[in-house]
Amino acid sequence: MGVIVILIIVSVLVAGGFLLAFIWSVKTGQMEDDYTPSIRILFEEVIKEETK
Amino acid sequence: MLSMPKSSCYHCGADCDANIKIDEKLFCCEGCKMVFQLLDENGLCQYYDLSDMPGIAAKGHFVSEKYNYLDNQTIQDQLIQFKLEGQAHVVFYLPQIHCVSCVWLLENLHKINAGIIQSQTHFEKKEIKIVYNPGLITLKELVQLLSFVGYEPVIHLGGNDWLKKKKVNKKQLFKIGIAGFCFSNIMMLSFPEYLSNDALELGNLRPFFIYLNLLLSLPVLFYSASGFFISAYTGLRQRWLNIDAPIALAIVVTFSRSVYEILTQTGAGYLDSMSGIVFFMLVGRWFQDKSYDSFAFDRDYTSFFPLGVTVLQSDQELNKPLSELQKGELALIKCDEMIPADGILISQSAIVDYSFVSGENAPIEIKQGAMLYAGGIQKGRAIHMEVVKPVGQSYITELWNSPLLKSEKNTEKSFVHPWSQYFTIILFAIAITSGFYWSLHDPHKILPAVTAVLIVACPCSLLLTVTFTYGNVLRWLGKQKLYCKNASVIEAIHKIDTIVFDKTGTLTQQEATQLEYEGAALSKSEMLAIKSVTKESLHPLSQMIAQYFSTKVEGVVEVNHIENILGKGTKAHCGEYDIMIGSVSFLASHGIQREDNYVGSMVCLAINGNFKGVFKITHTYRVGMSNLVASLKNKGYQIHLLSGDHPTEKNNLLKLLGTDIPMKFEQSPEDKLNYIQMLQSQGHRVMMVGDGLNDAGALQKSNVGIAVTDQSHLFTPASDAILEGDEMNQLSALIEYSKKAKLIITLIFSLSICYNIIGMYFATRAQLSPMVAAILMPISSISIVALSALLSFLFSAKIRSKN
Repeated sequence: MGVIVILIIVSVLVAGGFLLAFIWSVKTGQMEDDYTPSIRILFEEVIKEETK
Repeated sequence: MLSMPKSSCYHCGADCDANIKIDEKLFCCEGCKMVFQLLDENGLCQYYDLSDMPGIAAKGHFVSEKYNYLDNQTIQDQLIQFKLEGQAHVVFYLPQIHCVSCVWLLENLHKINAGIIQSQTHFEKKEIKIVYNPGLITLKELVQLLSFVGYEPVIHLGGNDWLKKKKVNKKQLFKIGIAGFCFSNIMMLSFPEYLSNDALELGNLRPFFIYLNLLLSLPVLFYSASGFFISAYTGLRQRWLNIDAPIALAIVVTFSRSVYEILTQTGAGYLDSMSGIVFFMLVGRWFQDKSYDSFAFDRDYTSFFPLGVTVLQSDQELNKPLSELQKGELALIKCDEMIPADGILISQSAIVDYSFVSGENAPIEIKQGAMLYAGGIQKGRAIHMEVVKPVGQSYITELWNSPLLKSEKNTEKSFVHPWSQYFTIILFAIAITSGFYWSLHDPHKILPAVTAVLIVACPCSLLLTVTFTYGNVLRWLGKQKLYCKNASVIEAIHKIDTIVFDKTGTLTQQEATQLEYEGAALSKSEMLAIKSVTKESLHPLSQMIAQYFSTKVEGVVEVNHIENILGKGTKAHCGEYDIMIGSVSFLASHGIQREDNYVGSMVCLAINGNFKGVFKITHTYRVGMSNLVASLKNKGYQIHLLSGDHPTEKNNLLKLLGTDIPMKFEQSPEDKLNYIQMLQSQGHRVMMVGDGLNDAGALQKSNVGIAVTDQSHLFTPASDAILEGDEMNQLSALIEYSKKAKLIITLIFSLSICYNIIGMYFATRAQLSPMVAAILMPISSISIVALSALLSFLFSAKIRSKN
């Protein structure tokens, strides 16, 4: 039974990882524009990466 | 490239007959050709492959002096977001962004000018963020480049509100994310509890699950749900029980009872239901608060004025920010620039278009020494004016300081709040009754029963219904090009009984004045003479007449003895003709009587002393206005018309809209405001539909102010909703649809009452197990959301099919 405790802790930690990823994505502004990236992906050339 | 009609411009798609071409590619003007050449040189012709004729017609965007004010340091500091060594960030609003090509070109600007480090567009906000090297390209040059390729930025004072908005949005997303994370984990960890037969089966794992749940519920209670507590508290302090109060109470009761059960080891609590409902409600609020990022609803006058102004100081042209403009200074206003402050005209004459300020249709000629009012647009040559009042005290800006506008609008509480109050009262009645019942029968069950009632029947389903329904309605209206500021606008629309229309720009099309000649037939040589004479004058009406004849006759002839009399007309000798064009009084002063009976704006024409005819100036009304007004009247709305223009169109309007409509002409912005005030004091709820700055006061004062716009959301005064001009004829249907929102909410709310009754059945018997709560909560939430979407869709389909 003890293994379940470990499994559950791991599963919560994994889920927590996704939560952190979400928070990071909001913080870096990835949720601000949900349309332009869909246009940008069609361009053939690579758009310069954000410098900052 | 796809095949395209030969006569359209390769760059912008406009019709062209001129022979401007490069390798079979036709252009409508030199401007478009130059843009093409620039893109071609820099290998950016993919612009033309991504979409057909994507360019923006390059008319008059080359006035480079226009941006001289951008060299001023104070203005630069206002615009530049932050500056590092060799790097500056700036955001511009480019309303012209409309297609894939736009995005592509704007994000490849660095290929045209090495000073641009990187540019990133936001399609929906129509914004571009540019990182550039100020050492290689100045802000002015950057704006000139943008204008050159067709994307002229709209630069105005006070345009940086978006920063604040962004932060609020992020906080809301964090709350949803955390609530979602905690809710899903608590739900997972609760399954063993629900599925096991008794506590023994789980053994010593049970406390582990339960305490983990308790830990996970803390962020939900203290962070995600904090908004409900704050709102409930502020409501209570104002002695007002808003919808958040019973919700906050339910959250607290659920949490306390769960903690009590866990600590006394009597149960697992209702933590999953609690975090679930917080999550759903947050999602609902977020859904309802969908905002139209590219619209500004709260503009005050500062957003209409230019950032900088050119001032003459000891014969030197100097650019300074508008806010630093002093009384007594000499300002230089170039063609198509806005007069920034009230002042006196120093130059000989000016031709000012006040349509935006006063609603007057035709530009006015102003003589030396006369007053110029802020907000007018100079249409002729550059003029000098002496500023007599600083910007903030101008005639038009004073309107904003009017005490009539200070009152908050739509402060009335939503109909949801009284509902939630009744709901809360009934809820307490049930809780007390069941408590009383159990005190007689089994005192141990008082607390379980009372808390269960409060847990089950929180008005969260009401909140969910309202937020999702308004969210859906707002989205659908947005699709029909009516953009509402927020959900309370929809409720305000329900209560409207009077609709006031503005004329210029609202019922008529903006910038669509037509000219038509009526009178004795003119010979070719006469037409040529008239065209040549009118071409000489800068007056817009004169220019329109010249334009009118340019399609009929070719070329020009020499004009002798031309005499322009300000505010009257033109007299000239041309070939064998003596031509007089001007107002009725101008011709009359030369002994010529008019021989027609046209009533309306016009210009008279006489040749060799004989009256020939008139040029009628007519408005183009939007399509379907008379149907719109008829249908609104049918629905029982009172219609009024307010116009800043002269009553020359009155007969047309009576024919178009019916004779039973009160019409007021020559209304100043203040008159309009007072008129709305007067209607409201009679107990009417007024919707104002207008467009210009002259309607701004009325839009603000009215219960619902709708700004009509033609050029994709440029220059709309502060309003509750923005409607695109082409959709004006849909207004009646849109009002009808927004009224359906209340019906949808009522229907769904009755359904949620059924859920509550079921829950209540278990709760009052003190039998509410966490599992029943855990089943009831998601079922009711999800069915409410689904039903709201379904009903909103059905009603919209019904209204669409009607039209």
